[in-house]
Amino acid sequence: MASPSENTQSGLMAKAVKEGIFAGAIAFGMFLLYVGIETYQDIDNRLVWRTRWGLLAIFVLVAAVGRFLTVGFIKPHIDRRKLAKAKSGVLEISEDKGFFHKHFLKIALIALLLYPIGSVMLFGPQGSLKYVDNFGIQILIYVMLAWGLNIVVGLAGLLDLGYVAFYAVGAYSYALLSANFGLSFWILLPLAGILAAMWGIILGFPVLRLRGDYLAIVTLAFGEIIRLVLINWTDVTQGTFGISGIAKASVFGIWSFDVGSPNYFPRAMGLATSSAWYKIFLFYVILALCLVTAYVTIRLRRMPIGRAWEALREDEIACRSLGINTVATKLTAFATGAMFGGFAGSFFATRQGFVSPESFVFLESAVILAIVVLGGMGSLTGIAIAAVVMVGGTELLREMEFLKLIFGPDFTPELYRMLLFGLAMIIVMLFKPRGFVGSREPTAFLRERKAVSGSFTKEGHG
Amino acid sequence: MAGETLLKVQGVETYYGNIRALAGVDVEVNKGEIVSLIGANGAGKSTLMMTICGSPQARSGQVIFDGEDITKLPTHLIARKRIAQSPEGRRIFPRMTVLENLQMGANLDNLKYFKEDVEKIFVLFPRLKERQSQRGGTLSGGEQQMLSIGRALMARPKLLLLDEPSLGLAPLIVKGIFEAIRKLNQEEGLTVFLVEQNAFAALKLSDRAYVMVNGKVTMSGSGKELLANPEVRAAYLEGGRH
Ligand SMILES: Nc1ncnc2c1ncn2[C@@H]1O[C@H](COP(=O)(O)OP(=O)(O)OP(=O)(O)O)[C@@H](O)[C@H]1O
Ligand SMILES: [Mg+2]
Repeated sequence: MASPSENTQSGLMAKAVKEGIFAGAIAFGMFLLYVGIETYQDIDNRLVWRTRWGLLAIFVLVAAVGRFLTVGFIKPHIDRRKLAKAKSGVLEISEDKGFFHKHFLKIALIALLLYPIGSVMLFGPQGSLKYVDNFGIQILIYVMLAWGLNIVVGLAGLLDLGYVAFYAVGAYSYALLSANFGLSFWILLPLAGILAAMWGIILGFPVLRLRGDYLAIVTLAFGEIIRLVLINWTDVTQGTFGISGIAKASVFGIWSFDVGSPNYFPRAMGLATSSAWYKIFLFYVILALCLVTAYVTIRLRRMPIGRAWEALREDEIACRSLGINTVATKLTAFATGAMFGGFAGSFFATRQGFVSPESFVFLESAVILAIVVLGGMGSLTGIAIAAVVMVGGTELLREMEFLKLIFGPDFTPELYRMLLFGLAMIIVMLFKPRGFVGSREPTAFLRERKAVSGSFTKEGHG
Repeated sequence: MAGETLLKVQGVETYYGNIRALAGVDVEVNKGEIVSLIGANGAGKSTLMMTICGSPQARSGQVIFDGEDITKLPTHLIARKRIAQSPEGRRIFPRMTVLENLQMGANLDNLKYFKEDVEKIFVLFPRLKERQSQRGGTLSGGEQQMLSIGRALMARPKLLLLDEPSLGLAPLIVKGIFEAIRKLNQEEGLTVFLVEQNAFAALKLSDRAYVMVNGKVTMSGSGKELLANPEVRAAYLEGGRH
């Protein structure tokens, strides 16, 4: 079988060129209409079109060159490295992880706690807003939502495409109850969670017998129903106008963040008047909520109900014959997941000060689900990484002013958000088909928790 | 210890939609017995096993376990009466480790006996001990079968139902598994009801056996009697001896 190496080398190059041209042709076909031609309205409000051959050429070139490099250089390189590793007998997971690896969670937690302080020190209160609010809080909200959905999808294996409904229930619960009854955030937060959990059970009942694609479609419809109710029940929800002027969260009822209030928090602390302090406070609130979610998830996985969720994902029939009540198991999964969605929703409402049905469209469900899948269903760490990459990445796009120099002044990077989102997903799924952290952490051990040898727990691709 | 009836299936009819899979089945299993059920593909053997467990439920007739009518009980409550099953196709949890699979078989609300029971199963199937932290899905077929039986045993069952424990396994492994069943029966007094295609091995192991054809029991007797029966030999044994 061994052929001369220069022979395979030239064969490889020929193949790389061929595949590169092929990829270019496909990209040309795909983007010809989307990118090559643009429609716009002229001064007389007529719809006319113009061509963008330059941009199209860039797309085609990127695809062709990318494919060429992948086939010709990157893939052989990776294969060679894998081969060398296999030859030297090093296991994929080595026993002695680096310091960073071992203490990753502690380091991450400390970094998160110091993050707002660091950004205030570096950029001043006003300058820190962007980092604390746009990046910090935004990402943490998605971490929390994805961790909540993870209970339903990642642990219990119930594909839920309408998760945003519970987010909406939480947000509107807070908005309406605080506006109509003047209740505080700290009372309404648990209440919003409970209300969302109730809706989780209400959704759970009719879909108990459904699985997989059927379940996905019904949950999708449920998400849309909630949104349409919010739009059309104008007496209560004010429809598409949304509800504004939602009360801010207080510091446990002791200090407030309303400038007019006598116990205005920054004044009490002797800080300059700035909206940044409120955002920093909110950052710690959502961080705490995330930690609660993680803690509860980790605890539940070691309790009968959590084990039952995971067993349900693996094999429902086996579960039943082992004496597991699958009805109760599914309902608790829906309810628990929904509850965290509700928490996140009421937090979202107090952070924005405004809610409208537009925040709860299907795309949100899809993004949250994508984060769960990318992270590796079930893995909290993986999901957090995925949230940072996906949400942080899209926020970063807004910052990329320099792209205008390349693509012209009309280029708005945010519009390519979804394109990049999809691209990132494809790339991750190609190289890590089980998500960032694809292996499941076992929860049962005999005697003390010993380090499980890596070669056994590493799963094959399936 | 033998003699007392543990499981009594009386005139049971089970339907899949409009198709009648069981057409009035009568089967009895006494305490401390190994009873086997043999029959051609599609005879309704697995259906009977599943009907005992309540999924699907019998449309008519009765399933009585330990003197109690369990015909209309939901599956998970039947399992809590300590009827454990190693279902057709084993159905272990592929992404869970061997130990986690065993834990799923135990009473999750009370893991007091967990360690003790796991040790017992590791004595019975030493292979599982070696592989306790391996994922179920990566086990070999024989190991999966051991795990499936082990998982069922974790419930400390009064009655163990086994659906084709020898399916797809090499003769030597089958021998080992049947040996383990015999040991459980003799040393622990465990009552076993098993379905088998491997009629020769099953009849040799069993105290009594039933033959099922098209959803009906057509013959029954002691294992020895059926082994000697010319009809049984012609239909299930000739050419199929292991
Ligand atoms: N879920 C189902 N829906 C409809 N028909 C079914 C279903 N399960 C089994 N059947 C039918 O019921 C009959 C009995 O099936 P069963 O699985 O009990 O046979 P079996 O004796 O276990 O066969 P084998 O030895 O092949 O496992 C078959 O005709 C089968 O096609
Ligand atoms: Mg069968």
